[in-house]
Amino acid sequence: MEYLPMGGSIKMIDESLKLAYGEDSEFINDKRIAAVQALSGTGACRLFADFQRRFLPDSQIYIPTPTWSNHHNIWRDAQVPQRTFTYYHPESRGLDFAGLMDDIKNAPNGSFFLLHACAHNPTGVDPTEEQWREISYQFKVKNHFPFFDMAYQGFASGDPERDAKAIRIFLEDGHQIGCAQSYAKNMGLYGQRAGCLSILCEDEMQAVAVKSQLQQIARPMYSNPPVHGSLVVSIILNDPELKSLWLKEVKGMADRIIGMRKALKENLEQLGSPLSWDHITNQIGMFCYSGMTPEQVDRLTNEYHIYMTRNGRISMAGVTTGNVAYLANAIHEMFASLRNNPQCSRSKSIHKAPSNPYP
Amino acid sequence: MQNFSRVMMAVAVDISRFEGVPMAPPDPILGVSEAFRADKNDLKLNLGVGAYRTEELQPYVLNVVKKAENLMLEKGENKEYLPIEGLAAFNKATAELLFGADNPVIKQGRVATLQSLSGTGSLRLAAAFIQRYFPEAKVLISSPTWGNHKNIFNDARVPWSEYRYYDPKTVGLDFEGMIADIQAAPDGSFVLLHGCAHNPTGIDPTPEQWEKIADVIQEKKHMPFFDVAYQGFASGSLDEDASSVRLFVERGLEVFVAQSYSKNLGLYAERIGAINVVCSAPEVANRVKSQLKRLARPMYSNPPIHGARIVANVVGDPVMFGEWKQEMEEMAGRIKNVRQKLYDSLSAKDKSGKDWSFILRQIGMFSYTGLNKTQSDNMTDKWHIYMTKDGRISLAGLSLAKCEYLADAIIDSFHNIS
Repeated sequence: MEYLPMGGSIKMIDESLKLAYGEDSEFINDKRIAAVQALSGTGACRLFADFQRRFLPDSQIYIPTPTWSNHHNIWRDAQVPQRTFTYYHPESRGLDFAGLMDDIKNAPNGSFFLLHACAHNPTGVDPTEEQWREISYQFKVKNHFPFFDMAYQGFASGDPERDAKAIRIFLEDGHQIGCAQSYAKNMGLYGQRAGCLSILCEDEMQAVAVKSQLQQIARPMYSNPPVHGSLVVSIILNDPELKSLWLKEVKGMADRIIGMRKALKENLEQLGSPLSWDHITNQIGMFCYSGMTPEQVDRLTNEYHIYMTRNGRISMAGVTTGNVAYLANAIHEMFASLRNNPQCSRSKSIHKAPSNPYP
Repeated sequence: MQNFSRVMMAVAVDISRFEGVPMAPPDPILGVSEAFRADKNDLKLNLGVGAYRTEELQPYVLNVVKKAENLMLEKGENKEYLPIEGLAAFNKATAELLFGADNPVIKQGRVATLQSLSGTGSLRLAAAFIQRYFPEAKVLISSPTWGNHKNIFNDARVPWSEYRYYDPKTVGLDFEGMIADIQAAPDGSFVLLHGCAHNPTGIDPTPEQWEKIADVIQEKKHMPFFDVAYQGFASGSLDEDASSVRLFVERGLEVFVAQSYSKNLGLYAERIGAINVVCSAPEVANRVKSQLKRLARPMYSNPPIHGARIVANVVGDPVMFGEWKQEMEEMAGRIKNVRQKLYDSLSAKDKSGKDWSFILRQIGMFSYTGLNKTQSDNMTDKWHIYMTKDGRISLAGLSLAKCEYLADAIIDSFHNIS
């Protein structure tokens, strides 16, 4: 249980880079990636934010609307100014691609953007591969810096390689990227706080310098990262049998979620709901942005004992074959009762954008 | 639809974004270990190490820890997130260990405890709290102190200054200087105190001196801020090593205590410790705790479970707790024996009549030998003994078998090198 080095477990870092950048990545071979073990995704984002503050003090971060609420806290506590960019399209419960591209073009050249690599939290809405290519192209034109938060690799589609596609596109296009990785969900190591921060640099010398500075930021925060989770990760990923078992299990978890999405949508359709529920299966990952308003969510909670965040985000991980019918029924009944009581002051069209509970 | 072919854009980046990122200086302690590893000499000795070693100079995983981990595997608990403040059983056990289970502050619910990333993480949370809620305040730290203290307050943007502590003339405590500097600081400063086994000197105030330190802190309305990294490891007794903290608490003062299980449970790499804030009332403790949580969330969200479960299991089971106390006494005992042997060897071999008894008065893992930088270099260059340039040796890295050799080296460096 001796202290890990400040940068964490080398084995765990090496395996993490292979996952994110590709087994045969030239950047790994050329040693161009500065990488440290971090306290899961949160810790990785925080190290990067602090690094930005210290070495790129004029920079700011563009954060999608909406995003995981802690993103705002992280860059705020790191004292890096933040702006938002358009992402979610409430009317379609999908991506506001035109708005997104406008914001990318209008941001000053060289801006820093936080991108969710896959399974956007909280909306579950991801760009298509073609859309990612367009985003990458525009980033090149504008010389923007992409920082990927990848919290769900493998957990989104069931295939880690597929879930890293956005990152690989940007790498192909010659971007230098930053990447936060977490093993909380895809290896179920939540409380172990196992993750990795990596930054692709110009060359090996720069990578060594950047890594040394990331370590300098970690040292007065927690000295060196916790060993236990990193041991679990590196043993699994280093052993071909265990790794293949992991790939099976992560696909199993992703498939269950995908199955529940299908089931929820089918149940709602079978109940005769007149509303459109395509977004349930169009969205990906742990969360479904249902489009429900806070008031509608409150009704589900108070009348049906269904708990979710008031932005209408459903964690599909909490849906099972045992409760999906109950959930569909509750949603359907709740909307039906709204339709039958149009004078009810709480009645709001589902096509209205959910209010943001995280101002 | 535009053609987004993979032609490289002409918007070339002439200068890398990271051009201005210099190489960080090497870690002073790591450098020592690296040089030690590179040394091929059979007589080499690593006294830079900040981790306990057995007589065979091997790392030591406590038996009670192995027991706890086996128990944990059997139980097969899940790996869900802990709450931001950490494992409740761990927090309870830690506060009770520090203050005593019967302490009124515990019974009255006046202690805000958050599981944190060992001593460093606890100190950093407290520093961030100080920066946010006491933006005018300064922290007073001992001269010298653990190297990372300054980094922590710098990165948290909390101003600090030093109070005199080490007296090279006596190789002891500059008590008058310490009191004077604490007295001279603006009212309401935070005073960082090592609860026991001062790092790097090994020099602790006596109980009478602690009373006087408490007097001046109380008089100046300073906030006492303890760093307790060695409870149980210094004297061998958990209660005795907490006596300085308890003295302050008994006076009714509000106190910060950063605590770590790295050394006393050998859990170094698990990063397990806690920040504790003794407040005037339970309602205050609740508010303080809520704000510490707000600082922790954007740093790491919630703390790592493994170390916390080990502690909770060990402390929660009377048999294992007893076994832990036993192993801790053995570790502290080995250090004391090695101190004695070193002193005996120095006294026997040094014909100059120099008084080496300061070594026996020091306590804990480290000893400040009184050697200066050049003399310390001689220890390494001539004798292959690796230590830090401030003359600090880690007794945790010393075996009885090597004491005589070390004594020879120290005598040579002290008398023949200036």
